Amino acid sequence: MANYYQPEVECASLEEMRAIQNEKLVKQVKRVYENVEYYRNLMDEKGVKPEDIQSIDDLHKLPFLTKADLRDAYPYGLLGTDLKNCVRIQSTSGTTGRRVVAFYTQKDVDMWEECCARAIMAVGGTNEDVCQVAYGYGLFTGGPGLNGGSHKVGCLTLPMSSGNTERQIQFMQDLHSTIICCTPSYAAYIGETVKEMGLKPEDLDLKAGIFGAEPWTEEMRRNIEKSLGIKAYDIYGLTETSGPGVSFECEEQTGMHINEDHFLAEIIDPETGEVLPEGEKGELVFTSLDKEGFPLLRYRTRDICVLSRKKCSCGRTLIKMSKPMGRSDDMMIIRGVNVFPSQIETVLLKEGYSENYLIEVDRVNNTDTLDISVELTPEQFTDTMKDLTAKEKALANAIKTMLGINPKVHLVAPKTITRSEGKAVRVIDRRKLHD
Amino acid sequence: MSVKQISVFIENKKGKLAEATKFIASHNINLRALSIADTQDFGILRIICEDPEKANEALREGGFLTTMTKVLAAPISDEPGSLAAILEVLSESNVIVEYTYASLSEKHGAYMILRVDDNQVAAAALAGAGIKTVDQADLF
Repeated sequence: MANYYQPEVECASLEEMRAIQNEKLVKQVKRVYENVEYYRNLMDEKGVKPEDIQSIDDLHKLPFLTKADLRDAYPYGLLGTDLKNCVRIQSTSGTTGRRVVAFYTQKDVDMWEECCARAIMAVGGTNEDVCQVAYGYGLFTGGPGLNGGSHKVGCLTLPMSSGNTERQIQFMQDLHSTIICCTPSYAAYIGETVKEMGLKPEDLDLKAGIFGAEPWTEEMRRNIEKSLGIKAYDIYGLTETSGPGVSFECEEQTGMHINEDHFLAEIIDPETGEVLPEGEKGELVFTSLDKEGFPLLRYRTRDICVLSRKKCSCGRTLIKMSKPMGRSDDMMIIRGVNVFPSQIETVLLKEGYSENYLIEVDRVNNTDTLDISVELTPEQFTDTMKDLTAKEKALANAIKTMLGINPKVHLVAPKTITRSEGKAVRVIDRRKLHD
Repeated sequence: MSVKQISVFIENKKGKLAEATKFIASHNINLRALSIADTQDFGILRIICEDPEKANEALREGGFLTTMTKVLAAPISDEPGSLAAILEVLSESNVIVEYTYASLSEKHGAYMILRVDDNQVAAAALAGAGIKTVDQADLF
């Protein structure tokens, strides 16, 4: 197999990887302590000196960084080097009201693009491929990251950005795109549009898709694979550490290999902050081992997942993370029950509905309400009321079985739920507006 | 002897029914009969028109969710007890009526649209009682 971008790292032995990580961590902690006053203060408060960190076994001694720290330190407080050494800014969408601005030196950009190159090669990408990047370009990391990775692999790169879906499909046909990169919700929309245009998956040359930047389910993966005639792979990342490519799926499709020579991963108990052993579910924490512009140590992602060093058939030894069960941000507490939108999506897709849905949470007379609107497909529409109300009831029951709370299900006409070209908005929590 | 009915899914939101009927009008489709069933969330608009295939095609292309069903159209005389007589015949033949609604045509006067579980059995039973169900063309 030759589908590694940097085999010496991707297939390194555990000892080799440890050695890389130990060396980088010691240097990085020293550099951050010297250059980043904000983090130096956190370390001083905790009574930790750079000399206390001799290997990754000492990692737990370092203080955490949270999104609140990023907000407090905005915009320059966590800058790791002189601004004149930085060449790029990327930023989060700020949908949660807390915009993150990250700085990159040229070395940071190269490292990030190499991570994306590893992801592209892992799905079979070579310099013979045509890689269509339909992630948004701009401040959002999706487009620039995969674009850079595609260049590094040597693919013919189509920097489409998102939107103008019919044109996307036209380019796919005319220029024989073989790899598509975008958000999973946009991939699903492209699949829908392909069908609407009277085309079949066989009319396209696509073989693989790299989809990330939002949570998606196995059911959605199967739908996308079918509608575009491809294998669909997950990619993970966050602006705080770099962007997409922090971890990526290989042909085994059983979790994402973390580029742990750059991003040291830990799983902690989100309540106590205690480090959990491999295999236990908890909050993912990343330490950037060689970022210069925005070097975050022990950054709490609020993504809930599991790490595993189980041997992978692809030959990579990089530790794997499970698909995040949802950011702890996405989790809603409805009538005292923890609910992730991905749980609801799993039920909808299993029951034959599409991934176009809207979850609305509100509080009426001091009780939380959960309303779920789903689009009816032409195959599901029948002429009698009793069939349709039975469908609503069956779906409500299935969701109740999964969550333990009763939702109100609304069947709506196709195409009435707004489609997304980037990250889909699937949850509206009106309780926040009242409080 | 049956008639093709188009059912259209209508969300229970302001303007949705107007939108559908406006669309039908703009495609020059003349309605002969119509009924609406509704719940809190959605309704089903059921229509009988002259060229149902063409109308159905247009509605689908217009983005509406539709389905076609075969229903019976039974002429009914303008006197007390005539609907009861039809329903009694069907009941005696163990035909289940899902729903029914009334309309008028110039040729046949008043008639009932009937959605039943078995069109053949129902049409035969009605014929036996001297009630001849009509075809699409007879309604226009």
